[in-house]
Amino acid sequence: MTTENKTPKRISRRGLLKTGAAATGAVIGSGLITGFPTIWAQNPITLRQFGTGVSNINAIAEKCKADLGITLEMTATDSDAAAQRAVTQPDSYDLADIEYWILKKVFPAGVIQPMDIKKLKYYDKIVPLFKTGKLTPDSVIAQGTAPHTVGFVEAPGDKTFAKGETQYFTMVPTIYNADTLGIRPDLVGREITTWADIMDPAFKGKTSILNIPSIGIMDAAMIMEALGNIKYADKGNMTKEEIDATIEFLIKAKQDGQFRAFWKSFDESVNLMASGEVVIQSMWSPAVAAVRAKGIACKYQPLKEGYRSWGGGLGLAAHLEGAQLDAAYEYINWYTSGWVGGYLNRQGYYSAAMGTAKEFMSADEWGYWIEGKPAQGDILSPEGKVMEKAGAVRDGGSFEERMGKVACWNSVMDEDRYMVKRWNEFIAA
Amino acid sequence: MQFDEPETEHVTAAITDEETEIDMPAKPAIGVRIGKVAAYLASYLQAVPLALILGFFFLLPILMIAVVSFWDYDFAGLYPDFLTMNYTDTLGSWVTWKTYLNTLKYTAMVWGLTLLIGFWVAYFLAFHIRTTTMQMVLFLVCTVPFLTSNIIRMISWIPVLGRNGLVNTTLIEMGIIPAPIEWLLYSDFAVVLAMVHLNTLFMVTPIFNTLMRIDKSLIEAARDAGANGWQIVWNVILPLAKPGIAIGSIFVVTLVMADFSTVQVMSGGQSASVALMMKNQMSLLQYPAAAANAVVLLIVVLLMVAAILRVVDIRKEL
Repeated sequence: MTTENKTPKRISRRGLLKTGAAATGAVIGSGLITGFPTIWAQNPITLRQFGTGVSNINAIAEKCKADLGITLEMTATDSDAAAQRAVTQPDSYDLADIEYWILKKVFPAGVIQPMDIKKLKYYDKIVPLFKTGKLTPDSVIAQGTAPHTVGFVEAPGDKTFAKGETQYFTMVPTIYNADTLGIRPDLVGREITTWADIMDPAFKGKTSILNIPSIGIMDAAMIMEALGNIKYADKGNMTKEEIDATIEFLIKAKQDGQFRAFWKSFDESVNLMASGEVVIQSMWSPAVAAVRAKGIACKYQPLKEGYRSWGGGLGLAAHLEGAQLDAAYEYINWYTSGWVGGYLNRQGYYSAAMGTAKEFMSADEWGYWIEGKPAQGDILSPEGKVMEKAGAVRDGGSFEERMGKVACWNSVMDEDRYMVKRWNEFIAA
Repeated sequence: MQFDEPETEHVTAAITDEETEIDMPAKPAIGVRIGKVAAYLASYLQAVPLALILGFFFLLPILMIAVVSFWDYDFAGLYPDFLTMNYTDTLGSWVTWKTYLNTLKYTAMVWGLTLLIGFWVAYFLAFHIRTTTMQMVLFLVCTVPFLTSNIIRMISWIPVLGRNGLVNTTLIEMGIIPAPIEWLLYSDFAVVLAMVHLNTLFMVTPIFNTLMRIDKSLIEAARDAGANGWQIVWNVILPLAKPGIAIGSIFVVTLVMADFSTVQVMSGGQSASVALMMKNQMSLLQYPAAAANAVVLLIVVLLMVAAILRVVDIRKEL
């Protein structure tokens, strides 16, 4: 169900409105936003941020308070609850921290206002993946809800997305990553190179996929295509026939006993792998790190078909105006200015503006996390825990190698409801 | 989460009803007319707290569930309406039927096993332990596992049954089996095992209670009349234990029918149960669909309880 972790709650909504009005005056009086920290420190302002991704990270709220004087009130939810809240309680938040496929669902409701890129100080530094869909000029655009397809609108107030880059940006990316299969290198006993390997009869009863319909179906699609069973027009937006074919394939594999279990939560995937119940399964990068932290060999295996990718961003609530809107821009500019980026990169995610993040990372950290070079010394997590020993190389290599090989993005299909219904049949079968 | 409660509450409600109704005739009638009215009002007044509690925490939520089950929904919200769509979707899908069948299968197996084990444990406690103190001590020993949460009791089976778990490692090291037994974990076996482990006490307690109330002279009389041990159990003890068996059965059946966590964890997400189906719907915010499912489940469980009560009169005193 919905989990809500409320962090700093020093200022009530009423107080916020009062100070908001005062802050407006202060901003006008001081000749708009220039030397930012001082203003917000004198007229404390609170921004309410809710969502699925970075809203879980308290360190960001603490640093934001210290640097900008803005109090961030963060609420973490799961994705379905986030989508619902974004639409039904648009006044309950100032910043929506949601994934791009959720944005596709909620933006037409008019609850998110696009940002003027002229006010975004580091817009130029944002990775082109989020503007054109191409990480490098010769990359292939991935299927699914690719962020750039929902990244722009022609003018404020528009309910449909623009085809290309415009002045109005819907969300500033926060974290993103590329997912693949996790394996137990000590137990698989051979080279794993393709998504199809999960269906190898040799691994019968030793595989698992995740039981979250919208993501599980994509993993299944990657497997189907790798096996050469089908060629999807768009894995992220299947037709009913494609959904049927995929589900029937899964049901058959399940009845043949190919799967050991289906996991729903992070810890389940960790336990399945750590206990050796499963030797190859769909997995998330932090879960692989968690298995390794137990001293058990686990690899985030790059595959030739590419990765399934996901990403989230920060959107401005439609009701924001005046001083609060300025503060929100201020926060987003601070967000992309480097400290947060460095922090997220060190967690194993990727951040929006790589150029600014680099300045907040050591050469060794940058080399390990982003360039795919062997670590010179121990690699520490942002909390100071040793994540990798010296000499380790990141699975999948550099940022370009990983994010440049995205085959599809997490997405929401037009036939979403039909897909969920069929997925439940697969679980019940 | 809410949906597994009503059935158990119903059971408690039934039991409480029974007690109040038994108590009432015992009240002395007062001759004076005003006294009569006062007594009349007093009995209502006495019933008010329970009526309020049941009304607010039991009837109202169920009513809400029933109402919401007719509403329309999408990912963003619920819309008051009167649609039968949620019911036609639920009842018209083979998934629902298969899931109900699966849940009923678990219920039947768990009921049979808990009855078998529960009866003999209670029998041993009631007839083979001589002193009451020792009976109580051993009965409390039965409840010791309940000092930890049922999630812990369930999850602790995983390291025991797993591929590299306690049972498999032991058997392999002893050279009894060449390779790990796969069906120990993430199978129907695992689900039923965990459910029996979790629910047997609910069978033991009421049966033990009824067995303790059996007049020992009845058994002596049966023995004097030439009955052997098995005949005594079959013709004397078992019929007298029926009310306890019925109450235990109600507990076990309602708990198993409404279970979702045991099925999910022990089957590794490979099997479905009715409550798990509801939980899936709720996590996708399809509340009206889950509500319709809850209403159907409630009706099915009430029918099962009614059937049990029809076979055995649990109010029958010994």
